[in-house]
Amino acid sequence: MVSTTTTNRKRSTRATVETLDSVAVRFAGDSGDGMQLTGTQFTNTSAILGNDLSTLPDFPAEIRAPAGSLGGVSGFQINFSAKTVHTPGDRLHALIAMNPAALKTNLADLEHGGILVVNADAFTQANLTKAGYEANPLEDGSLQNYRLHALPIERLNNDALADTGLNNKAANRCKNFFALGLVYWLYSRPLEPTLRWIEAKFARRAAIADANSKVLRAGYYYGETAEIFPVTYRVERAAIAPGRYRKVTGNEATAMGLIAAARRADTGLFYASYPITPASEILQELSRRKNYGVKTFQAEDEIAAICVAIGASFAGQLAVTGTSGPGLALKGEAIGLAVMTELPLVIVNVQRGGPSTGLPTKTEQADLLQAVYGRHGECPLPVLAASTPQNCFHMAVEAFRIATKYMTPVILLSDGYLANGAEPWRIPNVDDLPEIRIEHPTDPATFQPYQRNEHLARPWAIPGTPGLQHRIGGLEKQDVTGNVCYEPDNHEKMVGLRAAKVAKVADDIPLQAVVGDETGELLVVSWGSTYGATVTAVERCRERGLSVSLAHLHYIEPFPRNLGDLLKGYKRILVPELNRGQLATKLRAAFLVETIQLNKVQGKPFKIHEIEEKIEQVLAGMNK
Amino acid sequence: MSTEIPLTELKLTPKDFASSQDVRWCPGCGDYSILAQVKKLLPTLGVPKEKFVFISGIGCSSRFPYYVDTYGMHSIHGRALAIASGVKCANPELQVWVVTGDGDALSIGGNHLLHAIRRNFDINILLFNNRIYGLTKGQYSPTSEVNKRTKTSPEGVIDYPLHPLSMAIGAEASFVARTIDVWVKHLGETLDRAAHHKGTSFVEIYQDCNIFNHLAFEYATDKQMKADNAIELKHGRPLTFGKDGKKGIRLNGMDPEIVTLGNGITEDDLLFHDEAAPEPSLAYLLSRMHYPRFPEPIGVFRAVERETYEDTLTGQVNAAVAEKGPGVLEGLFTDAETWTVE
Repeated sequence: MVSTTTTNRKRSTRATVETLDSVAVRFAGDSGDGMQLTGTQFTNTSAILGNDLSTLPDFPAEIRAPAGSLGGVSGFQINFSAKTVHTPGDRLHALIAMNPAALKTNLADLEHGGILVVNADAFTQANLTKAGYEANPLEDGSLQNYRLHALPIERLNNDALADTGLNNKAANRCKNFFALGLVYWLYSRPLEPTLRWIEAKFARRAAIADANSKVLRAGYYYGETAEIFPVTYRVERAAIAPGRYRKVTGNEATAMGLIAAARRADTGLFYASYPITPASEILQELSRRKNYGVKTFQAEDEIAAICVAIGASFAGQLAVTGTSGPGLALKGEAIGLAVMTELPLVIVNVQRGGPSTGLPTKTEQADLLQAVYGRHGECPLPVLAASTPQNCFHMAVEAFRIATKYMTPVILLSDGYLANGAEPWRIPNVDDLPEIRIEHPTDPATFQPYQRNEHLARPWAIPGTPGLQHRIGGLEKQDVTGNVCYEPDNHEKMVGLRAAKVAKVADDIPLQAVVGDETGELLVVSWGSTYGATVTAVERCRERGLSVSLAHLHYIEPFPRNLGDLLKGYKRILVPELNRGQLATKLRAAFLVETIQLNKVQGKPFKIHEIEEKIEQVLAGMNK
Repeated sequence: MSTEIPLTELKLTPKDFASSQDVRWCPGCGDYSILAQVKKLLPTLGVPKEKFVFISGIGCSSRFPYYVDTYGMHSIHGRALAIASGVKCANPELQVWVVTGDGDALSIGGNHLLHAIRRNFDINILLFNNRIYGLTKGQYSPTSEVNKRTKTSPEGVIDYPLHPLSMAIGAEASFVARTIDVWVKHLGETLDRAAHHKGTSFVEIYQDCNIFNHLAFEYATDKQMKADNAIELKHGRPLTFGKDGKKGIRLNGMDPEIVTLGNGITEDDLLFHDEAAPEPSLAYLLSRMHYPRFPEPIGVFRAVERETYEDTLTGQVNAAVAEKGPGVLEGLFTDAETWTVE
């Protein structure tokens, strides 16, 4: 049962209420229209109602692109369901478009016959021109395939606030909550979670709190009394595992995972970063967690950020730097220093569209090869990849476990889709989290800076420990002593040892699991944030009796021990990626297997049907 | 710096700071003198050996950490200050020294130098300035003079040089000094002042590269020449120089000028040094005095107190713990709207 207050208001008897399994809704408007906030509120409410859900915020890189322009449209999509969902949904059940530009850029995703709510007041000649409409689509019949509700949202909103004394501009800024209230009515959601949020958020600005609460209710009542929707909908809560839940985005989960790792290791967490989209929220989140022993450092640049982290690691902290692709490129040389000095370090790369500045707010998986190989010299390190927003938590803990156990930098790949996407997260029991054991040597009699243990890790001796004074650095080290050494044989030995150490991590990670059968016609191999789309596509195809399975990788370097054998159990391998085939390249190099690629580089995640269709196409081709 | 321990208890000598590694600088290099003075200073500071950390980047000077038996890191080019910042944030109890050169600190590492100084970590930065790239064998550096002919400037350098002290003062440095490798006593005293200053101590050391830029500072080191070309700064004292101390620096409007004492000009007319002046104007003016137009000031330009980064950071962490209580993971996970599924 959901233990939260629900709206007890009786719903109109005249409106039919239909129950649906899953609904995808998108709020779209100008980047200043508050669409991200609106979507987030809808998400929170749905989560509290007990739906399973997945979200996709989609916003422009410009903070305020010209008002009404196509480039300035900001959208937030949420898929909420009575069943398990893994993606924000392919087709929209409803689209809320706050202006012509939002309509134009989002309409293609609305299902045939879908609900289309538009703010008719924004359909002025000027806005239509900016959106490139020659005729007003609300009037020219072009929207007849949709259930169009062209409502004067601005006027209704402003009328609701007429006696509040709020000026027009301030009143107008509330209109997203009018729309939200309306959509709450449409999908039978309670207002209380958002009302509580408004109260807390504007605790010191009563007038603003009142206005927002008022229009939220006004939107809801408008839906009820104006009976604009002949049918309203319910989505029952999902049958999800019992427990206490919250909503998390990938960046929140990463931040909490890092703190959890430090707490489990009973040591301080040090996070150094330079603001970069879409990784900045990790720095923001951690900087307000100082009472957890977290120190954050906003560096002057990406290189400084990693070097500060290396310094903190040398001094004994769990050190992390976070960035996106351009920053990872800048950190390359310093990652080499961390490899050479064999210090534990986690590098979180929240990937975005590249190369160069690329598509800063859009998602992509094109840094895989950079993460694995993108440094000078022989410079191996473990690379992990998170698959869902909540999985970022687990992988962040994993990254630290491996970094400290093997004394190595570890790259954790996330991406913009995971970073900003949200889903419910069952709050873990702290005692169930993996323990991270850290040892700092203290005995001068046995200490050698590059003496290795059974994991090939060197000792982590920290400044301040009497008798263990030693120097490390970027020059090649003599085996065992760690003194500078230019001997040819020693260099080859050390290069080999560093590689062997990273390879040994494979003994310490789970064997690759498969969704489906261990052998068959086709194996889909995916990694990172495509999990939601690939697992749903594979499950749907299997329901139709197709011989397809999924191996979704969380460990890219080294690969799980059984992966090579696993691949041999299928006639074909399909590798869907949001890049031009980077995992496929690595699989071919490692296992000499043929792969079929499905690549997409549009700054957008896969849709389930894109993968389903490819699976069907491959299987059909095989059976000809 | 961290809490001092009585020297009688530590019983350290310069020999205790000698590492097992052979010193590999060229014979006659100015670095030897600096190393000797540092090793002489360290045992006097009341800090146990294991609490010293020497961090360097790349260049001749950056080999320094190998030659002192403390904790150390010989890192990558230009990044020593960023690494040192991390060490100091992680453990403010450590006494952190950064050894760098004109290329390492001012060229590839210029950005980190600016920001480390403005943050005012309690660290000591020793900038060995020899006005040349030594390790890469003789290319010009950011402090090389205009028209200097080097391997990469056969027709003469066309960059205007950077003045490290002006830059440090511009970056709000709380301690700024200049000394010279062969002014051994002055060097030792300046390092001692730097070590005792709470906050970032920035010390430019004129250092002779006897292979690629020999006698670059002859005007300030030659017995005959130095009295007229260097001026030793003394807090609260007038700026006088010359063999008999009869020449001085006077302010003419906003600019310094050289005057000779006598004929109605007395010491009271001269510029008096004040290293503790709240505004950095005087220090900046002094940092702009260059040979051959002026005698070059040697000594402590500026020494003021300012809260350090690591103390403020630690203070914020402590305040957060005091206000919210020490964080427990259950509280972190549930610091959002939660719901229970039964």
